[in-house]
Amino acid sequence: MSDKPAVRMEKIDRERGHHLLHQMLRIRRMEERCADLYAQTKIRGFLHLYIGEEAVAVGVIDALDDDDAVLGTYREHGHALMKGLSAKEIMAEMYGKVEGCSRGRGGSMHLFSKERRFFGGHAIVGAGIPPTVGLALADKMQGRDRVTAGFMGDGSVAEGEFHESMNLAALWKVPALFCCENNFYAMGTALDRHQSQPDLHLKAASYGIPSMQVDGMDVLAVNHATRRAVEAIRNGEGPYFIEFLTYRFRAHSMFDPELYRDKSEVEKWKERDPIKNLSTYLRKRDLLTDDEYDELDKRARDEIEEAVKFAEEGNWEPVEELERFVYSERPDQES
Amino acid sequence: MTPPEQSSKTVTYREALREAHKEALQRDDRVFLMGEDVGYYGGTFAVSKGLIEEFGEERIRDTPLSESGFVGAGIGTALGGMRPIIEVMTVNFSMLAMDQVLNTAATLLHMSGGQFNVPIVIRMATGAGRQLGAQHSLSLENWYAHIPGLKVVTPATVDDARGMLWTALEDPDPVVIVEHAGLYNREGELTVDGESVDIDRARVHRSGEDVSLITYGINLFKCLDAADALKERGIDAEVVDLRALRPLDRETFVDSVRKTGRAVIVDDGWKTGGIGAELGMTLVEEAFYSLDAPIARVCRAEVPMPYAAHMEQAALPQVEQIVDSAQMLVKPNV
Ligand SMILES: Cc1ncc(C[n+]2csc(CCOP(=O)(O)OP(=O)(O)O)c2C)c(N)n1
Ligand SMILES: [Mg+2]
Repeated sequence: MSDKPAVRMEKIDRERGHHLLHQMLRIRRMEERCADLYAQTKIRGFLHLYIGEEAVAVGVIDALDDDDAVLGTYREHGHALMKGLSAKEIMAEMYGKVEGCSRGRGGSMHLFSKERRFFGGHAIVGAGIPPTVGLALADKMQGRDRVTAGFMGDGSVAEGEFHESMNLAALWKVPALFCCENNFYAMGTALDRHQSQPDLHLKAASYGIPSMQVDGMDVLAVNHATRRAVEAIRNGEGPYFIEFLTYRFRAHSMFDPELYRDKSEVEKWKERDPIKNLSTYLRKRDLLTDDEYDELDKRARDEIEEAVKFAEEGNWEPVEELERFVYSERPDQES
Repeated sequence: MTPPEQSSKTVTYREALREAHKEALQRDDRVFLMGEDVGYYGGTFAVSKGLIEEFGEERIRDTPLSESGFVGAGIGTALGGMRPIIEVMTVNFSMLAMDQVLNTAATLLHMSGGQFNVPIVIRMATGAGRQLGAQHSLSLENWYAHIPGLKVVTPATVDDARGMLWTALEDPDPVVIVEHAGLYNREGELTVDGESVDIDRARVHRSGEDVSLITYGINLFKCLDAADALKERGIDAEVVDLRALRPLDRETFVDSVRKTGRAVIVDDGWKTGGIGAELGMTLVEEAFYSLDAPIARVCRAEVPMPYAAHMEQAALPQVEQIVDSAQMLVKPNV
């Protein structure tokens, strides 16, 4: 690929910088609010927060087009928000309300939107990877110029489905972008305790997939790398794999006492907070003032508060509808 | 039942399936077949023989040995607007893809609040009888029948082999087609050439007054043979082919037992937790006061399938067992 002109590192202007910062703030504020709401038992079930990893979803999805597809894991609130689902429908889903993006049938781990081409919300580790290959294959077979981006954690790389899928994707040269969020832990098992080869991109590379490792705490680096990858995919070069080195600042889920890592490790990573990172970068270049930051942050907070209000005021789906959507409803086949 | 003027022809079950594939591939560009050795090998059971020459590598897609990978990829293609037919050789290997079927194909519509249906067709061979030993002789169709969100069909006749595929492809939701490996060479009269058939109604193959033999798949033919033998003993048996294990057409077999008052359930799987238990319990719930005798089950013996022919046959439902069971219900003292 070295003979192809690489996408140039974008020269960031004020508007662009603010946009990316605002997107990360939206996710951060939503996630923080979710944690409160969980403590208040408004949100139940499993809740996996994305705090610390925002630069990945923002940087990647910003580089995609609207009609590209995204598949996420159970840590996918941020991806859904970036893909264009409203904070309202996401929050209502977490509440289990019928106004939620999955009518309250999915919950935090199963956000979906057909309209936004957001294909979930998958809570079986690794299980979203084969359908990522298939969505991309369908586009290829139907001659559509679209990219399917599938997110996965470092833990999923140990699953057989990861390896089956890399082989299939490379063999069939499907237009898929595999985004591995390497946050150095699969629940409480550290990367070097679950991967014989902790440089995960090498595994994809061994299947002949162009692969790179990128700083996932730097939204500009994420965005730049993704643009390069997407360009290659749209050129018909087949799949691409990016390993984003990132870190989750919070527990794995709300049930995790974090016995497996030192507070000091978390504190060290927090120095590389992607929001701080970008703010500092912009401030140094006189592209961001304190007032501007506060304004962006306020917009994010207001949006989330409105979403919470929307969810609070939402409705419960009538229990009579329990057995709907097990099979498709076909108006021609009223039984 | 068969309109006399319609020309019927004798074909094998395999040929009926192949015709069905051909027609589906011709009829709809979105249809493609994918699985291990479906292409140049011609299909493990030669169902897709010759199709790659006609339709090419893209639409008759050989896959690596990656059951979970290609079933999951098939789900993705279905979400992306294709109409995949995924052949997973046999039910024995399909368990490697069980998670994709159970947790993705069968759940997406519901989890997404009705947004994402998965129009995938998954075909697999099932069953024993060819001395293949414990790992290649399973009948686990009832595992799939357990799962809401799936449809599970078990074509026994060449008409169903010919007709069910298109109906399954037209279905907006996942359909699992389970083909007993012992049926591929079986010949039958094709009466519905080119027409699709329903995939949700059981069929009474032979009507009778004294006892209902309720079954699906290859055991349909054992039940028909048993009915012949019973006739010689003066017992008039009705034979019900379920055709689909999900949705289960309870009405047809319950009605049959309400009429005959007696039921022998013939199930290719193990008895414990099998589909036969579901049928029997349905009869208890819905036909209890019509029963003149206990319900009988003829199932596979509860052992991993042995290799030796006599042992294998001893483990499978046999015509004599069906006859004896029916006899016991109707005239226990003869
Ligand atoms: C197949 C499967 N096995 C186990 C689990 C339980 N589980 C949920 S998340 C998780 C760790 C996954 O780690 P990783 O892929 O790195 O994602 P992260 O949570 O770090 O984002 C485990 C073991 C599961 N959901 N699915
Ligand atoms: Mg991880």
